[in-house]
Parts: sequence; structure tokens; C-alpha cells
Amino acid sequence: MPLLFVCLFVLSGCASIPKDAFKLSTTSLEDRQLQSRKFSTLDNALLLSSGASVLQDMGYTIDESNVDLGVLTASKKADATDAGQIVGAVVLALLTGSVMPTDDEQKIRICLVLQEALEDSTSSVARITIQRVIWNTQGQIARVESINAPELYQAFFEKLSKATFLEANQI
Amino acid sequence: MRIKTYGWMLIVALMLLAGCATQDSHVLAGGSAVELRSFQTRVFDTTDKHKMLRTTIAVLQDLSFVIDKTDEDLGLVTGTKLSGYQIRMTVIVRPRGDKQLAVRASAIYNNEPIEDPMPYQDFFTALEKGIFLTAQKID
Repeated sequence: MPLLFVCLFVLSGCASIPKDAFKLSTTSLEDRQLQSRKFSTLDNALLLSSGASVLQDMGYTIDESNVDLGVLTASKKADATDAGQIVGAVVLALLTGSVMPTDDEQKIRICLVLQEALEDSTSSVARITIQRVIWNTQGQIARVESINAPELYQAFFEKLSKATFLEANQI
Repeated sequence: MRIKTYGWMLIVALMLLAGCATQDSHVLAGGSAVELRSFQTRVFDTTDKHKMLRTTIAVLQDLSFVIDKTDEDLGLVTGTKLSGYQIRMTVIVRPRGDKQLAVRASAIYNNEPIEDPMPYQDFFTALEKGIFLTAQKID
């Protein structure tokens, strides 16, 4: 038992990485379809500058852009308070007297990447991925996650479509 | 007797921990591991750096990464994955001779460098599929 304690002590520095971290998930093809739309242009600058203005409208600042590689990354801080979670925390505090931290603030990052469409040399495929870090009311990181929400992808591409005057087609 | 043994074990554990704890030693740490470099690197029979970079970006996006930084002149892409944990990965694409490209990936899991070959193998397997070329190990 003490030996086990010592082993754990020494090993605690080397946390191991989840086995599937670099493996394509079984839903990766489906995810790609949900996150992508086809635009009938090869003009990366048009798509990215329109994307930048759409993101600016929503309060994002641009962190990275590269027209040749077709990459645009933007981020913003936003409120992360969740009414249901606060009710839960208040009930728990009343019952047990201990105050549980709740979600307070989040940093959202959106990444827009353009690729040439494989089967159609006159079109580009635009794909977005979204992720966030959530801090709790004690200033600690509560969660880090990818946001998988098809309705958000749809809403983003509708805005991008309006900004470029081009149709956003499903792939 | 027993308590004495536990005491010694605790001291040994603390000494092991103390051995790796000086702050300045981390500034220029690493860099000597030839083995690490070999499993972080693959060679491809193509000279199309632009396509390799775009494919790398597509593969990273497939793996739920967000792209943090790109530089085509330096052949560099850095991305972050958040999925209950954080992985930050940098990929550098460099010409190797006249007919090949060398692709090197290095990643950090939370705050620890990944020194296990398997995650890199998985990444290159995905990259191979994306670029339709075989990833060759270096000697």
C-alpha cells in the first residue's frame, strides 16, 4: 500500500493522453458535412473578408488570418451564466450550507477554413469549428469543449451567404 | 519499524520530485531526443508544400482542432483541441531534398509534451488518408 502511494506520487506528473485524441471519430464524416457548405467561388479573399465582417458583427476579434491557406480564426468573451445551474446551486446552498461555484464567463473561438471542392474545381468548401473555455464564479476553468450545434453552423452560413451574395449549399 | 520505512519512502518520493523542479532548467530543456524526433516526423514523396499544409489544416479540423496560427513561408500550422482536455499541436512542413517533404508534428497535452509514439502515429495515419500518399518513417 505505501509502495503504491509512492508510485502514484512519482507518476502523477505524467498524465496519459486519451487514446482517441488523434483518431477520426465514427461521426467525423457526418460532422464534416454539418460543419461545411459549398460556395461557387474560388475567391478566398472574398469568403474570408465576408466571414471576418460577419464575425465582427457578432463581437468577435480576429486572431489569425491567411488568405493563401484559407484560414480565419476569431474569438470573443461572453457571459456563461446558466439560470438552471444557478437554481441548482442555490438549492444546494440552502440544503447543505456549502456554496457551489457556477459558470460565469466563456471564451468562444470560431475557425473558418476554406478548401477547394474535390469534385467541382469552381467551388470552395467552407468549414467552421467552434470551441470554448468556461470559467466559473471562482475564476477557475470549469470546462473546455468543442461546440457541436448544427443550428449554429446553419445560422453562421446563412449570415455568410448574405454577406457574399452567394448561395451556401450543403455538401 | 514500519513508520520508519514509510518515512523513508516519502523522503525518496519528495527527492524524486525535487529533482525535476528547478524553474530555469525548463527554458532550454529537451531537444536531445533523436527517438522523439523520429516518431514525430514522416516523409512524403511530394514537393507540394501548399497542398500538404492545406491537407494538414483539413485533418486537424477533422480531429476537432481550431487553427491558432499559420505561416506558409515557414510551413507552419498550430492548432488547439478542447475536449475536456487541451491539446496544442504544431506541424512544420519542410522540403527534404528535391523530391520530398518532411512533416514534423509536436503536441502538448494539457501542459505536458506528448512523448508517446501512438498519438503521432494516429495523426500521420489520418494525414496519409487526406493526402493520398504513404507516410514514410525516417531513419
